[in-house]
Amino acid sequence: MRYLADVATLARKDLRLELRARDTLPAMLLFVVSTLVVFRFALPEGADELAAQGLLWVALVFTALLGLARAWAPERESGALEGLVLAPTDRSAIWLGKSAAVFVFLAAVELVALPAFAVFFAPVDLSTVVGVLLANLGICAIGTLLAAMAAVSRTRELILPLLFLPLAIPLVVGGVGASISEEPEQFLAFLGLYDAVFAILCWASFEYVVSE
Amino acid sequence: MGARTGAGALGGGLVISARAVERRYGRKRALRPVDFELSPRSFLVVTGANGSGKTTLLRLLVGLAAPTKGELEVRVQRGALGYLGHEALVYRDLTALENLDLYGRLYRVSERRERIGMLLERFGLWDVRGERAGSFSRGMLQRLALCRTLLHDPELLVLDEPFAALDADGATLLDRQLADLRETRTIVLSTHEPERVERLCSDRLALT
Repeated sequence: MRYLADVATLARKDLRLELRARDTLPAMLLFVVSTLVVFRFALPEGADELAAQGLLWVALVFTALLGLARAWAPERESGALEGLVLAPTDRSAIWLGKSAAVFVFLAAVELVALPAFAVFFAPVDLSTVVGVLLANLGICAIGTLLAAMAAVSRTRELILPLLFLPLAIPLVVGGVGASISEEPEQFLAFLGLYDAVFAILCWASFEYVVSE
Repeated sequence: MGARTGAGALGGGLVISARAVERRYGRKRALRPVDFELSPRSFLVVTGANGSGKTTLLRLLVGLAAPTKGELEVRVQRGALGYLGHEALVYRDLTALENLDLYGRLYRVSERRERIGMLLERFGLWDVRGERAGSFSRGMLQRLALCRTLLHDPELLVLDEPFAALDADGATLLDRQLADLRETRTIVLSTHEPERVERLCSDRLALT
């Protein structure tokens, strides 16, 4: 219970920071909508609807990357991560709290992105929505850990995409599969398995990311 | 080689034991080998020129860095450590009150609101408790950092140049606070003004 209370405290702190500073969410919203608009004009007339489904996932992954690059900015600017690391809480709670906040940001972005996609390209079915939510879990789990690693590096702008995008490929494969397949269940199961495996790995390894 | 923080098996009731503790970053030596022991309720003053390794040593003591060589044991649980570094370790977009409330929750401070209110009053921040830390001057940030450090009433205080950026009133407040804590807490303090804490200190460590 104490662990979950710490996670809730840390996630609430991130949501409060974002509501106050409005640094990340407006940028993510603008990015995803403008990307979809660009794709709308980039796709030739009469292009296959399947291609559009792929572009939805490209837009979501790069929007997530934009948010992840800012995820640890408040801690980096004030050295607050050291304050959290010194607190007598399980250090994985820091990762879980941050991941929960990033999940909320991503879900908020998708609340706009999916209807926008439906307007510009094609209707969004239930399996796509479930796929997006499952992919969010994986993006938040891995992305938050990698963003923490990148945050302490001088070349963080380079490192985060280089580390994150290869690991996001299975999420795109699973997500696109769930969107276009006649039998999306296997792709959703794949996304669920990916989430479970990487969430456990990230949860267990965060301690080593923030300590020497 | 290594550092341990926690209820370890230090002999003679020592709080800290450092044997040939050294820290390097690549080929650069940040801290030359140091040996010292500290018993409970001691007051260690660490002095040395810029670059002599004061900050590095203090970061080793609280576990923010690990020694490259030597043995370091700190017999205090993480939650009973109070660390004041060069940065305030607070969120600039949270208010003073929100920052202390966050740390109070994580440290499970009993009677959190009362304790926060008392510290904010003591360090002259009560009237600006609702203002964002990012709008604070360097001296006010240092006062807020001191509130954060003392919030959970730590057993071991590790203070890295705590008088830096404080005005005369702030420094006097800190003098008084250190004098109050001197009898009941173990304190490690680095400073360029050792004469300021001369009458309080029990041990000295000069880094070269």
